[in-house]
Order: sequence, then C-alpha cells, then structure tokens
Amino acid sequence: MTKMEKLQLTRRSVVQGAGLFVFSIGVPVGLDTMLNIQSAMAQGGKPALVPTELDSYLAINADGSVNVYFGKIDGGQGTDVAVGQMVAEELDVPMKSVKVIMGDSTLTLNQGGASGSNGVQLGGMQMRRVAAEARQVLVNAAAQKLNVPAEKLVVNDGIVSVSDNPAQKVSYADLIGGRFFNVKLEWNGKIGNELATTGTAKLKSPDQYKIVGKSIPRSDIADKLYGTYDYVTDIKLPGMVHGRMIRPPVAGAVPEKIDESSIKEFPGARVVQINGFLGVIADKEWDAVKAAQKLKVQWSDAKPALPEQAALYDTIRKATPRKSEVPTNKGNVEEAFKTAAKIVEAEYEWPYQSHASMGPACAVVSFKDGAAEVWTGSQKPHYVGDGVAAILDIPVEKVHTIWAMGPGSYGRNEAGDAAMDAAVLSKAVGKPVRVQWMRNEGHGWDPKAPASIHKVRAALDADGKVIAYDYYSKGYSRVDVNSNESKPRDTLAGHLMGVELKSGDNFGVPGENYTFENKRVAWDTIAPPLERASPLRTSHMRDPVGPQIHFASESFIDELAVATNSDPIAFRLKYLTNERDIAVIKGAAERAKWEPRVSPRKEQSGDKLLGRGFAYATRGGTRVAIIADVEVDRKTGKVWGRKYTVAHDCGQIINPDTLKRVIEGNIVQSTSRALWEEVKFDPKSVTSIDWLTYPILDMTEAPETVDIVLINRPTVNPSGAGEGATRPTAAALANAIFDATGVRIRRAPLTPERVKASLA
Amino acid sequence: MTEKFTLNVNGKTQTVDADPDMPLLYALRNDLGLSNPHFGCGLAQCGACTVHVDGAAVRSCVTPLSSVGNAKVVTLSGLGTPEKPHPVQTAFIQEEVFQCGYCLNGWVMTSAALLEQKKKPTDAEIRQGLSGLKCRCGTHMGILRAVKRASEMMG
Repeated sequence: MTKMEKLQLTRRSVVQGAGLFVFSIGVPVGLDTMLNIQSAMAQGGKPALVPTELDSYLAINADGSVNVYFGKIDGGQGTDVAVGQMVAEELDVPMKSVKVIMGDSTLTLNQGGASGSNGVQLGGMQMRRVAAEARQVLVNAAAQKLNVPAEKLVVNDGIVSVSDNPAQKVSYADLIGGRFFNVKLEWNGKIGNELATTGTAKLKSPDQYKIVGKSIPRSDIADKLYGTYDYVTDIKLPGMVHGRMIRPPVAGAVPEKIDESSIKEFPGARVVQINGFLGVIADKEWDAVKAAQKLKVQWSDAKPALPEQAALYDTIRKATPRKSEVPTNKGNVEEAFKTAAKIVEAEYEWPYQSHASMGPACAVVSFKDGAAEVWTGSQKPHYVGDGVAAILDIPVEKVHTIWAMGPGSYGRNEAGDAAMDAAVLSKAVGKPVRVQWMRNEGHGWDPKAPASIHKVRAALDADGKVIAYDYYSKGYSRVDVNSNESKPRDTLAGHLMGVELKSGDNFGVPGENYTFENKRVAWDTIAPPLERASPLRTSHMRDPVGPQIHFASESFIDELAVATNSDPIAFRLKYLTNERDIAVIKGAAERAKWEPRVSPRKEQSGDKLLGRGFAYATRGGTRVAIIADVEVDRKTGKVWGRKYTVAHDCGQIINPDTLKRVIEGNIVQSTSRALWEEVKFDPKSVTSIDWLTYPILDMTEAPETVDIVLINRPTVNPSGAGEGATRPTAAALANAIFDATGVRIRRAPLTPERVKASLA
Repeated sequence: MTEKFTLNVNGKTQTVDADPDMPLLYALRNDLGLSNPHFGCGLAQCGACTVHVDGAAVRSCVTPLSSVGNAKVVTLSGLGTPEKPHPVQTAFIQEEVFQCGYCLNGWVMTSAALLEQKKKPTDAEIRQGLSGLKCRCGTHMGILRAVKRASEMMG
C-alpha cells in the first residue's frame, strides 16, 4: 500500500467515525468548557475547515490514534516529526499514535507552507497550543464522566485517570474517538505563517517533557529507501497525458509561427499556445519529451535583454535604485566618520544562484467541469491552489490541492510554475496533465537568488575602537516574483500568457547584535534586467539573501579585526553583550580549541596552506557560530572546507539528532554555494543549464568533519533551524582563506580559478 | 516505430512495446510501474535514475532500451525489501541519511555496487567511488557514515 492509499484510508476512518459527542451535565467543569461541550452536543458533525475550529488541527480517531492536520509541509528535514512530538507531548499521547498529515487543502489550513525556517517556530507552536487546548477539553470531559474534579486527573498515553485511584480511568478514544470537538478557538485573523489561535489551556512546563527533546526517528526514511514513497513525480491519474514546455532561445522572444505537423508522428501530440506560453502534449512521456525537441517554432526577434555576465556588478552599481530602506540608523554615522582616526572600507559581490533542484519540477493537474485537482511539490501548496484558481479563472473553492514531496525545493523554485503549466495545459486539452520540466529548464528557468553588491565601511578612533559602522547592500529584489505562487503574475506561465506584472521589492540586513554606537544598515533594490518571463527573475532561495549579506558583513568584521591587530573572535566579543550571542561564539571556540591570534597565519610552506576562519550570525532568534578549517591548494586554487565546528542555539530543542542532520545539510549546501555556485548567462539567456555548467559540491569535496555543539534552551520558545547555519558559512570560508593565504577574496563563489588568480 | 522488448527486471521477465531509443528509465517508470528510479537530468550527470544492470550501477536515463538485451536489471525496490533489506538500505535507514531523498537511487545503488567490488573501502575510495553523484540537500556527511556502516555490516 502506498502512502496515498494509506492517507485515504485514514481520511475515511475519521469520516466514518463521525457522531455525537455527548456528556452528562452537572459535574465540575469550567464555564468555557461547558459552553464548548454544549456546542459540541448541538453540532455533532465535523465543522468547516476554518482557523477558529479545534477540529481543523487535530482529530482523535476511534482507535485513539491522533491525526494532526499541519498546514505546512516537511521537505525532508523532519519538521513533521518535530511537530508530532510537540503535539504528542502536549496532548499526553504516545508518539507512535500520532500521524501528521500535511499539504492537502481539504484537510489542512494554510499555515504558510514551508517558509522562513518557521515550521517549528510558528507552525509547531500553533499546533502545540491547539494540542494543549484539546487536552484541557478532554480532561474536563473525563472529569464529567468520572465525576471527579479535573485537578485530580492525570493523563498518560491517552488515558485519563484519577491520580490517587488509577483504576478509575477513561481513554481519549472512549471520550471522543472518531467524533469531533466542535470547540472554538480565538484566532488572530491571519492565514499563512502567522496564523495563530489562543485558548485557555496552559502549556506544559519543559521540565515535564517526555517526548520533546528526544531524538525520534524520521517517518519517511524507510519508504524512501525501499522505493515505496510517492513523490509528486509518481502521481498518476486516470486518462493522464504528458506535457512538456518549450522555452525561447532568447529570453523575451515569443512564438510567431508553429508547425504542428512537425510532431504529428507522436500519438496524442498537440500544441498548446497562449501568447508566449508554449507546451506540447502527448499520450506517452517519452513522446512528449521528443515532441518538445522536434516542434518547429519560429520565434520573434527579441532584443537580448540581459547584461553581459562580466558587466553584472557594474550594472548593479550603476542602476537607479527602485526602492531604498534604512532599517537601522543609530547615532550619527556621518558625524562619527568625520572624527575617525582610520577608515576601513570594502566592497563584496555575490552572483545569481539557482535552486538547481535535484530534479526539475513536476506537477499533475486535472481540470474538469470547472474544478481542478492539483498535485504539486511546491513548499506552499495552499498558495499554489490560489494561483491555479486565478489562472484558470475558477473559484478557489473549486481547487483541491494536494502536496506530495517534490524533487527538492529550498525556497521558491520552479515547483509552482510547473503547477501553473499543468493547469493551463489540462484546461486546454480537457485531460489530466502531468508536466515535468527538463534539466535545462530546472537550472535555466527557475526563479534565481538575487545577485548583489555590498559596500561596508567603519570608522575607528585612535585606539582602534569602532565608532561608526555603515553597511549597504544593492541588488535585485528577493521578491521580483513573490515567494509564493498565489498570483499568476508571480509565475512563469502568467508572465508568458501576458498578465499584468507587479515586481516586488525587498532585500535584507545582517543578522547580528554588534553594539557599534553609530550604526547604519541600508539597502537598495533595482529593477530586473528583463521584466517579463525572465530566466533571471529573482525570488527566495534558502535563507533568502542571507548568504550574500553575511558573506559581506562577516568578512568585513574579519577585516576590522585584521585592521585593529585583533583576534577575530576576541574582536567580535568586544562588541557583543547579548548572552546567547556570546555563548554560541564561545561554544564554537571552546569546542574547536581556538587559540587567539591575528590573521593571517605566518610561515607556511608547501602547496597546501592551512587556515581557519570564524563567522557568526543570528536569524529569527537563532544564533549560529561557525569555525571553518580549510586547506587551500596553492597550485590549483582549490579550497577544501575540511572541518567545521558549528555552535547552534535555536532555543528549545525538539529533536536533537534530526537538528544535527539539518545543520549538517545547511553547512554542506552553503559550502557548495560559497565555493562553486554561480548562474552563467549571456545577453540572450541563462547558459548554466545543467550540472556541468552549474557545478555543486562533489562528494570528494565534502568536509571531513562537521562537529556540532547544540546549545539547548528549554525555556526559550524554539526558533528556526532550517536556514540559520546557511548564513555564516561563506564568510567563515573567506576568512579562513585569508588566514591561510593573506589574500582577501571579496567576490563569490570562491572557485579554484578565482582563488588561484588571487594568489598569483 | 515501436518495437517489443523483453526485459528482466527485479527477477521478473516483462515485455515493453516502445521506441528503441527510449531510455530504460521511462520503461521502468511508466511501462513497468517501477517509479523508484527518478528523472533528475536525463544527461547521466546526477545519478537519480541509477539501477543495476548485471550488477553494475548504470544511469538508466541515458541507457537506450535497445541496449539492455537480456541483462538483469535491478532497481532500488528490487535491491531489498522491508522483509529482506539490503545492508546498504538498512545502513542508510539507521543513519537517517536523506532529506528529500529524490537523489537516493544514485547513492544507494552505486554504494551497493561499490561494496560488492570492495568490501572495506577507505574513506577516500568511498568518496571517489561516489564522485559525480548529486545530492542537493547536502546530506554528504550522512552518506559517508551510512556507507561505512554498510561496509561493516557486510563484514
């Protein structure tokens, strides 16, 4: 039985168990609960899937097992397990009885999908609060049933019993199994990441935890290893045909003439064209692939609109800002610079990067009788449903969106674009359509992480103290197309079909707590080189604009340490007062046995130069400090991030082993981005369109060791772990390269060619 | 244009009627319902489609159907099952290696073939043997742990 079938069974068992939830009245329960229970009696059936209903978040099945309806998704980092732990803990049920259901728009609310590393931080906390509420309702119901005050009851493994008479008991299954709570919650009126409800129940104190804090294994691993796991690519619907998209050789060109007879040899072959949107359909997948290659298309004579790659950073420097913000402006930076004994300045550059997901995106859509069934691997499936409704011009209630694991994501990749493609194709041909992009589209046409430049300067007084700090980023917007696909204008299909565009503007600032007395942090965004259907349109990629911002900010702090003849860790600690920042930095330093000295290292002989580099960053409450020990090959310029020591504080730890693996993944992926990744393009289009032209870190280049220090803060609400450790890596590497070689590299990626050229 | 091909896949003989140039991957996924190997690139650059052909790890996305003949093809689901797992599967499960896992056919099938050739590879030999395979989630550290664990299990 596949996961899909299992899920359908579970759905049925809930629905079949529907019935009345009846209590006798007249025993001591709170007034709120009384009202809730009376309303439960009055209603009986499952209430609407709305944020104000407890039943929208969890259900106790007839056998006492618990369905958790989580409105985010897990992309393979164990978020679902962590959320299951939080619910099981708060509800006092065994972990093994909890099933976390995600990403089906008929079963889950829109809690924002996978987004901003807040799966546990926001989504998990919401589920924790709901679970506490459910427990309170159940304990009060047990109090009625057992005719004992609620204060005298304890819950273990879903059994409510009297504390001094354990034989007197009732199970959750007996109290409500297969039926519904019909309990109302206070809702903050928001959907997405910020959806939150409150109730009257008190959360458990962390010293009572039995499940939170344990390394419960992931639930998806074995199915994946035995090849029985359903990815979105594996979804098959009856009567389904296959689609492939055709992209222009010059970005911005549109088809002017199409010779449909050029693909008539393929059974079921059809062309679907709406303005610039061009796809083919065939009965069999391989035929669709070949038809897309063979279709004769005459393209319009579009003027190449992208900059020359070599001119990218100058293009950014010269561009007129479209939006400017100064999120931090403390003291008087300009005045302080006038009194400086010494000024340190540097400028850093970061390229466009591609999600380059493991497989190109896939989606299956069936549009029939004014309604759509949408299978997507997008991180934000509910928003995809909104977008499909809009592009098909049908009410959102007519769209059933179902998430299945996609072939990788890490942000706003092309998953939602593929869903729009499939929706448009399905409507055109009147059949369910499965679309998968090809490799060149996955690299060439995904929304990119923005390229940027960063100018930083600091004023030092005669004693070497930093009296002013001025940090400025200028780059393409992180939301040129928005980070969710709820509007056709944010999707490639919408662009190609000609919808009105609205490019958004946002960038970001360094996550740090340096206490420089005069401090300014600013950014400008600039317009994209091509507005419509650009292969260089930009959006969110893991830790949106974090890698570039912190490559600059934490490289610069290192430059200040050098300029003031200081050890880089001691220098940072001089300007930090926050206890958690200090603890994470000291945690890494102690584990790595850091010996204070000034960079660079002296007197190295041979071809392998050794160096160490430090960087730290904060992200949404999480703190990360990284020490990178590198080997630089003087002859080839190749950098090996041999050992990483990572101290990590994300507040309360839910699942330590899974957290460690998430941190490892962050380190390896961000090392890849720092050392290798750069989108290549010419004025016509993106030219890095596969793994040879867009190399990523190879197994032969993986670290020898990633040593992780977890700092647990049980009484601090959990913050995110999905992206924090991605931020400081590039700077830690660049700082280590400086330590090894005495050469400062301010342009990423730190490729062998660039390092070798810098050493010459 | 299509021809009939008889394939030996996971110990079963099955017939596929298809274009001789069609890559084996499409026959496995669409004609034989074995969706466990994945399409990653179609260029033999990533390994997501890897299967064993007569014991060797082969990229099925560039293997024309006409070249398979009566070779024994084994996919991930034929390598082992929950009831009778291959040690490499057991080791990867115990180490909880993958995140999205879309790449894993490459790592698992290549590791299994590698350990068949050499029971106790060194760290450098494992890295070299797995060079070229892609994992976008960056689970490389876990992969190395799992292959070493599998090597120990296989004695």
